[in-house]
Amino acid sequence: MDLATFWFIVLGLLWTGYFVLEGFDFGVGMLLPVLGGRKYATDAVDAEKRRRVLLNTIGPVWDGNEVWVLTAGGATFAAFPHWYATLFSGFYLPLLVILVALILRNLGFEYRHKRPEASWKARWDLAIFWGSVVPAFLWGVALTNIVRGVPIDASKEFTGSVLTLLNPAGLLGGVVFVALFLTHGAIFVALKTEGRIRLEARAIAERVGAVAAVLALALLLWLGFSDGKAASWATTAVAAVALIGGLAANRAGREGWAFLGTAGTIALAVATYFLVLFPNVMPSSTNPAWSLTVDNASSTDYTLKVMTVVALVFTPVVVLYQGWTYWVFRKRLGTKHIPDDAAVKTAHR
Amino acid sequence: MDATDLARWQFAITTVYHFLFVPITIGMSAIVACFHTAWVRTHNEQWLRLAKFFGKLFLINFALGLVTGIVQEFQFGMNWSDYSRFVGDIFGAPLAIEALLAFFLESTFLGLWIFGWGRIPEKLHAATMWIVHIGTILSAYFILSANSFMQHPVGYTYNRATGRAELTDFLAVLTNKVQLVTFPHVIFAAYMAGAAVVMGVALWCMRRETLRAEGAGEDVALGDAPMYRRAARIGAVVTLVAALGVSLTGDVQGKIMTEVQPMKMAAAEALYESVPAGVGAPFSVLSVGSLDGSHANDIIEVPGLLSFLATGNFGGAVDGINDLKALYADTYGASGNPLVASATGYAPNIPTTYWTFRLMIGLGMAAAAISLVVLWLTRKDRTPTHRWLLWAAVLTPFLPILANSFGWIFTETGRQPWLVFGLMTTATGVSPGVSIGEVITSMTVFTLLYGALAVVEVKLFLYYVRKGAEPFEPPQDPADRDEDAPLAFAY
Ligand code: HDD
Ligand code: HEM
Ligand code: HEM
Repeated sequence: MDLATFWFIVLGLLWTGYFVLEGFDFGVGMLLPVLGGRKYATDAVDAEKRRRVLLNTIGPVWDGNEVWVLTAGGATFAAFPHWYATLFSGFYLPLLVILVALILRNLGFEYRHKRPEASWKARWDLAIFWGSVVPAFLWGVALTNIVRGVPIDASKEFTGSVLTLLNPAGLLGGVVFVALFLTHGAIFVALKTEGRIRLEARAIAERVGAVAAVLALALLLWLGFSDGKAASWATTAVAAVALIGGLAANRAGREGWAFLGTAGTIALAVATYFLVLFPNVMPSSTNPAWSLTVDNASSTDYTLKVMTVVALVFTPVVVLYQGWTYWVFRKRLGTKHIPDDAAVKTAHR
Repeated sequence: MDATDLARWQFAITTVYHFLFVPITIGMSAIVACFHTAWVRTHNEQWLRLAKFFGKLFLINFALGLVTGIVQEFQFGMNWSDYSRFVGDIFGAPLAIEALLAFFLESTFLGLWIFGWGRIPEKLHAATMWIVHIGTILSAYFILSANSFMQHPVGYTYNRATGRAELTDFLAVLTNKVQLVTFPHVIFAAYMAGAAVVMGVALWCMRRETLRAEGAGEDVALGDAPMYRRAARIGAVVTLVAALGVSLTGDVQGKIMTEVQPMKMAAAEALYESVPAGVGAPFSVLSVGSLDGSHANDIIEVPGLLSFLATGNFGGAVDGINDLKALYADTYGASGNPLVASATGYAPNIPTTYWTFRLMIGLGMAAAAISLVVLWLTRKDRTPTHRWLLWAAVLTPFLPILANSFGWIFTETGRQPWLVFGLMTTATGVSPGVSIGEVITSMTVFTLLYGALAVVEVKLFLYYVRKGAEPFEPPQDPADRDEDAPLAFAY
């Protein structure tokens, strides 16, 4: 295997790390107004405590999870400069929206608890919710379009517009990402909390999971029938098994297994995308000869070698200390862990 | 305005904005780590209160540094796609390594620091903030290597067949001589900024506490004023030492810059005509009127200083803008290579370089001078309450922060018309596929969003400054804490 192919795989792994980890952050963000909303909470004080429980499940880790996409971006730049250039200049406006959404969501996490006023919190809650739905959806649209091919001319420039991306397959991709992350997030909440919120999260995962399963299968079959290969059919099949297994485990109250199930589903879905894509990195729908491929978009061998050494030495270290953080914060959280004062203040404002 | 100008404005706005928060993050993480370590060592409760107080302010700042950094990561591809294709081989590697080595470290260990109270052993907990600080330094190192390549490309060859620059020696990129002086200069400048923020905030709190205690007829020495006084003095000492570091490294930088980008030095001085050896080029401290070279109107000049800055010798020869322009036009303009032919000539905007260079030095040195006065006024347990201290407290943090911005604006505009010096002009690096409408859209969005966020952040920062340090609360021991007890310092 040549180094460019190796880096194609590495990028697949980086996106996998991003979606598996940030996927549940997005899911938790989407669940904020649901599990912390009127329907489930007994009163305003309870709602605020519940929201804080939800946010604290991801509090120590969301930033580290997001760095996976920064690394994916940097690695694309280093290993496939043409891919980086065509993709990010071509998908300019959707990317702008993703950036704005991420900015608002991240500030929501950091700033929401920094003032006691209910109106302040409510505004950041909105930012967290939309900042989770929108990137999840747009990443789905963008990646699905990459796999299906977009108009690219002979000089490797994207020639379409935003509307080019809003085709049925792309939109389905967006919806599938949202549904999968919502399921994944609900299962994560069930895994990390105790008390009522845990049971409610499980129930939500069960319902949303069924919808996600149908939609995801439809999408992967669509991709498979249009560009599938033996390997991508295999990952599609295993993804389906993982999702069904995960949902069954969730039903049985085995949250750890359920989480592995949805994490596996997301990983295998990304694997399917990358397998369908290979050896292209960004196929041209205008003329297949103008596609960006692993070969014609990559850096020189020397750069790839340097990057390989760095990645092989440091990735295990990163995975180790990130894993350690999850261990440090392994305890389940409940509303009883949330101090009273903040919640009461909110209620009386 | 064409697409290139717009892309430049957008890049300038977003990067300068990112770099308002970056130096504070770098500088304050070190100071908070010191406070936290002092607590672990002495168990003097004031240190813990200071660590938490400045830790909160640090986090408010960090949040914006983080989100604006995400934009930076993707902007090269979005707005500078031809540039990314041209140098991706070289430029992408430090960026990717920065994310892998630095950003993971910063974000993961900051999470541990924020949520670790009472959950991890106290020594380890103090260490997490040090690790965050190391992360910021690593981040600075790699991103500055990328930037230094643009100032002075090394470790590459130009491949005519593919039309791209290719990496040949990564170590050379990491040890670029421009990088070796830029890195310490930027880190010292960041320490100045972080320390000035600590000093300003602590001064303000000290003055308020002293006045409050005096008004209530309490003994000032028993209140919080001495605690803030201590923090203010630490901030002042770090500012001063860092100012010395900035001056020493800046001096070396001037020489290296004259060697690799003589035009930038000439532009910094608005020196149009070359000054031959033996004469000694003066350094103009202030000038009035136009800088277009039509007439000499410097009002304060230090004889020989420019020669010294540029060459280390008071009589050294310094090339002027006119000679250099002619030289570059011959070397690059006539080469037939479209990447290096500049439609606008080979000199940057002179008033910008002239003034930003002076503002960088002047504002930084003003901050150092104020620190010195503060050290004097607070000597021997004094907690002064002069009214002008209010001004010093509010103003001082802005001086080094603005000096940082001006330093960058000088470095980056002084490089023009080059994107990569001698290899590629800025106009050829812009994304051909991105329309003017798209750039106007993104620039408007970023400008409005960033503007609004600045208001939110400053208000929040002041809210926490006004609240002052929280009363001491003995931390829980992770070994024997009640599993059902409420969590400390959580979201
Ligand atoms: C000299 C230092 C320096 C410079 C010149 C830059 N940055 Fe920066 N950046 C940092 C120093 C830093 C930091 C100190 O490490 C930050 C500041 C606040 C923070 O969260 O970390 C950061 C944050 C930060 C983040 C968020 C990291 C996270 O999620 O934790 C990204 C993606 C970037 N930066 C990327 C860039 C890019 C692409 C730059 C080039 C234009 C750039 N930065 C200039
Ligand atoms: C170290 C990482 C940095 C890199 C890789 C970098 C790279 C670039 C690039 C690609 C451009 C656009 C092309 C151009 O107009 O020249 C640019 C311009 C600019 N950058 Fe930087 N930059 C960095 C840091 C900074 C920082 C920290 C600041 C300020 C705080 C800054 C200020 C500017 C300004 C003001 C411009 C516009 C110059 C002009 O167009 O006249 N840069 N830089
Ligand atoms: C005696 C004082 C100083 C001297 C002689 C000096 C010199 C220089 C020089 C020559 C450069 C340009 C380097 C290049 O483009 O190749 C530079 C850049 C810069 N300066 Fe200064 N400087 C001084 C003070 C300061 C202060 C007080 C600050 C901020 C607190 C500061 C922050 C910066 C920054 C952020 C840059 C841009 C990054 C870089 O290229 O290093 N400088 N300085």
